Amino acid sequence: MQKLAYRDALKQALIDSMREDPDIFVIGEEVGRYGGAYGVTKGMIEEFGPERLLDTPISEPGIVGTAVGAAMAGMRPVAELMYVDFIGMTMDQLCNQAAKIRYMFGGQIGVPMVLRTQGGTGRSAGAQHSQSLEAYVMHTPGLRLVMPATVYDAYHLLRQALTQPDPVVFIEHKSLYAMTEEVDLTVAPPEWGKAVVRREGKDLVIVTYSRPVHFAMQAAEQLSKAGIEATVIDLRTLNPLDFETVRTEVEKTGKAMVVSEGAMTAGVAAELSARITEECFDFLEEPVIRVAGEDIPISVSVELEKNSVPTKEFIVDAATKMLS
Amino acid sequence: MNQLKIPKGSETSNSDLLSLYTEMRRVRTFEDRVGELYLRGASAGSMLHLSIGEESAAVGVCTTMRDGDTFTTHHRGHGIFLARGADPNQMMAEIGGKETGYCRGKGGSMHIADMSLGHLGANAIVGGGIPAVVGAALVAKRRKTGAISIAFFGDGAMQQGILYESMNMASLWDLPAIFVCINNQWGMGTRIDQATKSVKLHERAQAFGLNAETVDGRDVLDVAEAARRIVDGARKGTPGFLAIDCYRFFGHGRKDKSPYRSEEEEEEGRSKDPVEFSRKMLADNGMSADELESIDAKIATEMDATIEFTINSKEPALNTMFRDVYAKDQPEPEPVSTRINRVLEKGL
Repeated sequence: MQKLAYRDALKQALIDSMREDPDIFVIGEEVGRYGGAYGVTKGMIEEFGPERLLDTPISEPGIVGTAVGAAMAGMRPVAELMYVDFIGMTMDQLCNQAAKIRYMFGGQIGVPMVLRTQGGTGRSAGAQHSQSLEAYVMHTPGLRLVMPATVYDAYHLLRQALTQPDPVVFIEHKSLYAMTEEVDLTVAPPEWGKAVVRREGKDLVIVTYSRPVHFAMQAAEQLSKAGIEATVIDLRTLNPLDFETVRTEVEKTGKAMVVSEGAMTAGVAAELSARITEECFDFLEEPVIRVAGEDIPISVSVELEKNSVPTKEFIVDAATKMLS
Repeated sequence: MNQLKIPKGSETSNSDLLSLYTEMRRVRTFEDRVGELYLRGASAGSMLHLSIGEESAAVGVCTTMRDGDTFTTHHRGHGIFLARGADPNQMMAEIGGKETGYCRGKGGSMHIADMSLGHLGANAIVGGGIPAVVGAALVAKRRKTGAISIAFFGDGAMQQGILYESMNMASLWDLPAIFVCINNQWGMGTRIDQATKSVKLHERAQAFGLNAETVDGRDVLDVAEAARRIVDGARKGTPGFLAIDCYRFFGHGRKDKSPYRSEEEEEEGRSKDPVEFSRKMLADNGMSADELESIDAKIATEMDATIEFTINSKEPALNTMFRDVYAKDQPEPEPVSTRINRVLEKGL
């Protein structure tokens, strides 16, 4: 066991994978000499050199496009997008190129790259540096989507992402970088694409991923004191999506809540809610409730920011009403 | 008319020119047949962009390429792929959306690719294929393969930001990457001077430190010579840019009659026909009309067969629809109908 921060688990995953696979290299803004805007790649340039920690100009579409070409040419780039908010800049290279190349070209070639980025609220970073845009990615066939909530998952999911044959978008949460956990990284991880039941309860299922997993766990503890026992599912990967685990748990309790930081309308929570409603209809006793980000931009004001996305209190409140 | 480069009786040069002419004629004839396939209603694509008038660009540049080199093309890229060695049957079948096509009928005219020939893909997004060559060139440099990677695109892409990001990175990292702008003067219905004040396109690349030239596309030998200079530079680590001036003989798409440009302009543009120019040069250098006609006839037969091949090929089987979204060892996406049936049966 070791005490490790989310940020350092990510770094360790990159280091371990890069030691094993000489074709892996990191490409992005400030990844080398600076060490990453959030310090994930700090110091790595000393071991791997500037070719494998390739600093780029501020050219997001060019970075992703270069990674696409390098992946097609046989290497395994880890392109870093400093904030997921910049994904709009790269949408063509990501969604029209990386995501579709295997299909358009009849299966001749894939694009085994990882796009590492981070999103979410919690640092008062304002409307253009605080978003949760995973729905953009999940909406595009051909892209894998990973959103780790724990230190252990940050390590193992990144390690697994770096063996995938298809493009993976790996979205970290900016408010989790400093979070520490006692972890034993030598314990084998769950299979790629499988959700984890973080807590079991008989009354309600909370389906979530990324930072809201922690809010859901805290809410479940509080609910427990009031006699409500919630199951918490951490999806870990949104593509592949482990719906079987969701189905199994929802069928047990008949009540489901989906929690996501992304804006509610047409978001990941909307998709999960629709899916649960459609596939678990006979078992549902209440409407599936979405506890998601408000349909508004994120404010720089700490109070407005905090209340723009699901909080522990919000989850507790919604669950209590569902069970009353 | 510039005949001096090929002195009469110079066999070697004439044989070079003959092979370039033959390739250009193949491209021209193939494109004619693509148009025919479309008009017969046997083409899958609702959009077909012919490169007639631009043959010297495709053939002149591709003649400098070697095994292991890679390239991307644009929406008007049939000629480039053919000049690089594509099988015209598989190409036509892909344009027809048939299972015998290069991409099993899933890509079509604007998404054709072939890894064995280094074709990293045609692109339907203007400028979309450009940064991939930076990545491919980066890998070539790291692995010291000696290969180059070329992005082909039209003048429309000169106004896309991704080109400048790509040229900047290629230059910054001294990559064996080349950017070839086939300037046919028209981006759909917008003439180059209606899209930019800065029509000396190579100057933009020079600003980033690339070897850059503009060449008149009328004479394929000029194009080949300029391409050779740029390619040699790239193999030594200086990325390059080549603008090739030519003219889009027909509309943006096959059915576009180009009402936005004058007849005089079209006449002037078509007078720079690179295929006819080389043909006349061969004749002036002593090749008989019979010889030339026999070459043309042989090509016509080869290209006629592509239509037959395409029409006789099958549509891809419906069960291939969910294939290749992800790698072969991954589960395929569940069809909507399967899900509906599963959900509703369970409810009964």
